Amino acid sequence: MTPYEILWQPFADFAFMRHALVGCLALALGCAPIGLFLVLRRMSLMGDAMSHAILPGAAIAFIAYGLSLTAMSIGGLIAGLVVVLAAGMVTRATQLKEDANFAAFYLVSLASGVLLVSKWGSNVDLMHILFGTVLAVDAAALVFLAAVATTTLVVLALFYRALVVESFDPEFLQSMGGRGAWAHFAFLILVVLNLVAGFQALGTLMAVGLMMLPAASARLWAKELPAMLCVALGIALVSGYVGLLISYHGDLPSGPSIILTAGLAYFGSLALGRRGGLLWRWLGHEHLEA
Amino acid sequence: MSHHHDHQHDHAHHPAGAIRLSNLTLTYHRHPVVHHVSGSFAQGELTAIVGPNGAGKSTLLKAMMGLMKPNHGRVERHGLAPREIAYLPQQAAIDRDFPLSVQDAVLLGDWRNSGWFGRISRSARQRADAALERVGMAGFGGRPVDELSAGQFQRVLFARLLLQDAQLILLDEPFTALDAKTTADLLAVIAGWRREGRTVVAVLHDYEQVRSHFPQTLLLAKECIAWGPTTEVLTPANLARANGMPQNWDDDAPVCHRDDTGAPTTPPAHDHTLHSH
Repeated sequence: MTPYEILWQPFADFAFMRHALVGCLALALGCAPIGLFLVLRRMSLMGDAMSHAILPGAAIAFIAYGLSLTAMSIGGLIAGLVVVLAAGMVTRATQLKEDANFAAFYLVSLASGVLLVSKWGSNVDLMHILFGTVLAVDAAALVFLAAVATTTLVVLALFYRALVVESFDPEFLQSMGGRGAWAHFAFLILVVLNLVAGFQALGTLMAVGLMMLPAASARLWAKELPAMLCVALGIALVSGYVGLLISYHGDLPSGPSIILTAGLAYFGSLALGRRGGLLWRWLGHEHLEA
Repeated sequence: MSHHHDHQHDHAHHPAGAIRLSNLTLTYHRHPVVHHVSGSFAQGELTAIVGPNGAGKSTLLKAMMGLMKPNHGRVERHGLAPREIAYLPQQAAIDRDFPLSVQDAVLLGDWRNSGWFGRISRSARQRADAALERVGMAGFGGRPVDELSAGQFQRVLFARLLLQDAQLILLDEPFTALDAKTTADLLAVIAGWRREGRTVVAVLHDYEQVRSHFPQTLLLAKECIAWGPTTEVLTPANLARANGMPQNWDDDAPVCHRDDTGAPTTPPAHDHTLHSH
């Protein structure tokens, strides 16, 4: 096999592969920076919780409208936003911390979703919602993915400073009268949007992987935020492309292939990362003079 | 319990207060941590707040910042918006691992001008460099904050305060866990604020430090024990009273009716069960 056959021919020959590639790249553009902020705000598990939370919305839409991507996306979006807003409001109104409320709401939401699907759907449907299929991404889905990526990048650019300050020193923002809660909510809505965008391509459970794995890896390479964003983006984009190739050549499901590729990048970073990677820890015994 | 509003008698001697507490009561779960405190912070002066742990010192600063609503009474800021007050809380809430450069951390002090979306002006950058120099951190601008020691980090936060250019500066235990050199340098910054006519209120524990650097003191033990010139406040008798503050948590404490006047049949003017304030 020539390099061309390995690296590009699948995309040249098949429209569904091109769609899948463009979809994955769009998804990576939005997910990577979102994931990095999740990691920095110590909310790594929040993405996971939210991915479960959108399930009942998608399930209800599936039962009502069949396998319609639009309906399922809107359903998932509504369920995700309800959980985000409800957990946020309960956090502000009561003693409970945000993570506990998110856990409570997503579990209720997930259980409802599973209940709905098993009562009115079939197991095949459930598998589809849980694990998605990037190879079924059509033109309408591509437009949706591109729109989400664009929205994410624009909103992140606008809220960048507020998000950084909210993460670094929330009390300072509060004392300056800056409404940190707005930045926080805007960010959580972006998380939901990206998960909804991801679930049809990668499945609800896999979508989180494209957020968290590149972000966690990036912390091991760069020391400043802009550089971290670049590294996370790079790893996410490459994982999408390489993962699709592996899935095509190996005849493997696409979602897990993409996430496992990102997982490999994570393990590689753990070993080699310039900022705290194991190799450098092991080598860096000699201390400096000053 | 005998209680005298000593400070109300002192009050006439104070210059016009930049910020005034009037019969201020702050509570957690209905239990008062600051109880019926009145008085003014002398404008353009350094005031220390001292008192035992749990005396309500940090809570009082939060209320002065507007971060906590009084259960009763008022904080009168005389036209100072909260954002014109600089506030340095205890370090707990800051994520010191965050990938931010020292210069960016200092430039947050320019928030009043830059806000969420505004650009950082060249003069703000110059002021940030000057502020770093003033706290003895010249040349550290490009370093990430996660490489700083606790002392260096506190210097950076003081540089941020300098950039905020506030008329009223609230410091919550600013020297805890700092060495003598760093403490002396930062005390010099505070003395500079006094020369510039700014009002500084600092929660402190070191009586010697307070005596030698802070002309005014508020001795707080939930109640105001004494408030005025430091030499008159930090007397053995006052300190003994402050340290005698009851530490136990009384679950069945009765509702406070101290402000009630007149016949006992009138509805209570101050009732901690009513959170309508």
